Amino acid sequence: MIVLEARAAPSRWMSVLSPVIALAITIAVAALLFAFLGKSPVEGLRIFLVEPFHGLRGLTELGLKATPLILISLGLSLCFRSNVWNIGAEGQYLVGGIAAGWLALTVTEGQIAIPQWAFFFLAVVAGAIGGAIWASIVAFLRDRFHANEILVSLMLVYVANLLLSYLVFGPWKNPEGFNFPQTVNFAANTDVPRLLRGMRLNAGFVLSLVTAVVAWFFMFRTLGGYKLQVGGPAPAASRYAGFSARSALWSTLLISGALAGVAGALEVTGPMGQLTPHVASGYGFTAIIVAFVGRLHPIGCVLGSFVLSSFLIGGELAQSRIGLPSALSGVFQGVLLFSLLACDTLILSRVRWRRSA
Amino acid sequence: MNEIALLVAATLSSGTPLAIAGLGLLVNERAGVLNLGAEGMMLVGALAGYAVTFHTGNEWIGFAAGAGAGAILAAFFGWLVIWLHTNQYATGLAVSLFGGGLSAYLGAGYVGQKLGEHPDLSIPGLRDVPFLGPAAFDQHLLAYLTILGTVALAWMLQRTRAGLVLRAVGENPESAHALGYPVRRIRLLAVVVGGALCGIAGAYLSVVYAPLWVEGMVAGRGWIALALTVFATWRPVRLLLGAYLFGGVTMLQLHLQARGVQVPLQFMSMLPYLATIVVLVLISRNPAWIRLNMPASLGKPFYPGS
Repeated sequence: MIVLEARAAPSRWMSVLSPVIALAITIAVAALLFAFLGKSPVEGLRIFLVEPFHGLRGLTELGLKATPLILISLGLSLCFRSNVWNIGAEGQYLVGGIAAGWLALTVTEGQIAIPQWAFFFLAVVAGAIGGAIWASIVAFLRDRFHANEILVSLMLVYVANLLLSYLVFGPWKNPEGFNFPQTVNFAANTDVPRLLRGMRLNAGFVLSLVTAVVAWFFMFRTLGGYKLQVGGPAPAASRYAGFSARSALWSTLLISGALAGVAGALEVTGPMGQLTPHVASGYGFTAIIVAFVGRLHPIGCVLGSFVLSSFLIGGELAQSRIGLPSALSGVFQGVLLFSLLACDTLILSRVRWRRSA
Repeated sequence: MNEIALLVAATLSSGTPLAIAGLGLLVNERAGVLNLGAEGMMLVGALAGYAVTFHTGNEWIGFAAGAGAGAILAAFFGWLVIWLHTNQYATGLAVSLFGGGLSAYLGAGYVGQKLGEHPDLSIPGLRDVPFLGPAAFDQHLLAYLTILGTVALAWMLQRTRAGLVLRAVGENPESAHALGYPVRRIRLLAVVVGGALCGIAGAYLSVVYAPLWVEGMVAGRGWIALALTVFATWRPVRLLLGAYLFGGVTMLQLHLQARGVQVPLQFMSMLPYLATIVVLVLISRNPAWIRLNMPASLGKPFYPGS
């Protein structure tokens, strides 16, 4: 009989290996699923795991989709380490996108000749403020009224979505857009500066990598970062040390909201170039998986973002190449998170064979 | 007058799925397990119910399929959190994300399909009573079963041995274990029942309420049902009333839209979500009161023999 036996100490090895095993399980499930659907598993896996990494165009697109995931998952890692369950990053992402979209509309309609780099800076700030404001509602209601942050942040996703929908169907709709729910195309000088000629990869990607480095430094090399994290595993110790749980709540929510908002701003002023109802892309939810797969560690978040980004691109390719709905990537994301959580059991326990008595 | 009667009827109809899912989650949570996967279980239930009703033409087989789909997903969740002690928040989220993805993927072919006509459900005799007839006696049978189920559940929890054992497992699993009750299996059973009810709630949405299948059609009702369990301080009858209250908010906004009130559609549609936040704030204001009513070991893993 197989039994689980508690380990004397958590295994550091397993904590790194667990995401790798989980990915392997996900790949195995995916292969079975392709076979079951009558598609070639080799071809299917190639689309999800190899194709997105192929060539300069593939790699730049991968980086483009990884950018919001990196930014959002970094913020969420900080939240989850501090035991603050911000599940509504998608809403903060949307409001950041709306804020940057408003800025871009102002520049476009006023034909303001602002340099591209200056606008990029302003858009990032606007996104950060928008996202932080949306997250501050969660922090305030939790802090003042003890309202559960999971439910409040999630409800605000739906509210943000409807707000965006109101804007693009109503006051911000392009009057010459054949009644499509979208704004005008933003002026060229609002586009996030691109990194390579002919590729969509932009300065936002560099920003996300820099943020990862800063996040690493903040988490592991500063007292401020340490204070935020003690409350998660050891709330009592944190209290005795005089670290404020309230300030941890506020700062983690504001930081993660701001980062999600920046991701939204980059998406709206980058690849989208206008506001449409499709700003809501699920990045805020995918980033939750990234944060867990990345072990709530900045390096892990970056690596995990590339893996999940390849899932997202694979989903799109699966639709165009082998005619499977792109929602397939959502199935794989769920399988990955399930396998990861199951494999994490092995960090604290080991599997033993025991003869049944 | 007649308009109000129709509003009442619509309120009952839109509150019913919230109540069914909420009661399921209440059973779950009374046993000490918090399942954030309600939204995902409702979505797979909605799709399974819709697809099976579409192919068999019998909505009761559809409801059974919805219950089965929700229960399977819940059983998997239960195995992970009860035996492998995975984090309940994260695992519940995984259920929601997986359920959303799976239903969107498998349901792609059912978007835009139509179910056959509904049989006339109104109760002969009673439906002709002025006002009350159209208001309360023109519902789907499930709506009445929900009311019966609520009363039965309240009675079971307070007045039967099974209810006592369920509450013991949620309040103090160590004691229940010491008394010889199989804590883990009882918790799994509660989780599976919760999943089955969430599945039925989803199937009600896609087969009776909408009736159609669209990706993500549960639209946050799973999360609202979770909020309802807190709102009801884990009491079945209060939960039912809360569900009707929310159903009323949803219907009132549709009603106001229909009457041409000059508020943009989107702001009206925000009402149920904003109402959830307001209710959570009002109910959570006093943490001592919540702590008093909440199952004491809610969300905490149980390690037998430690």
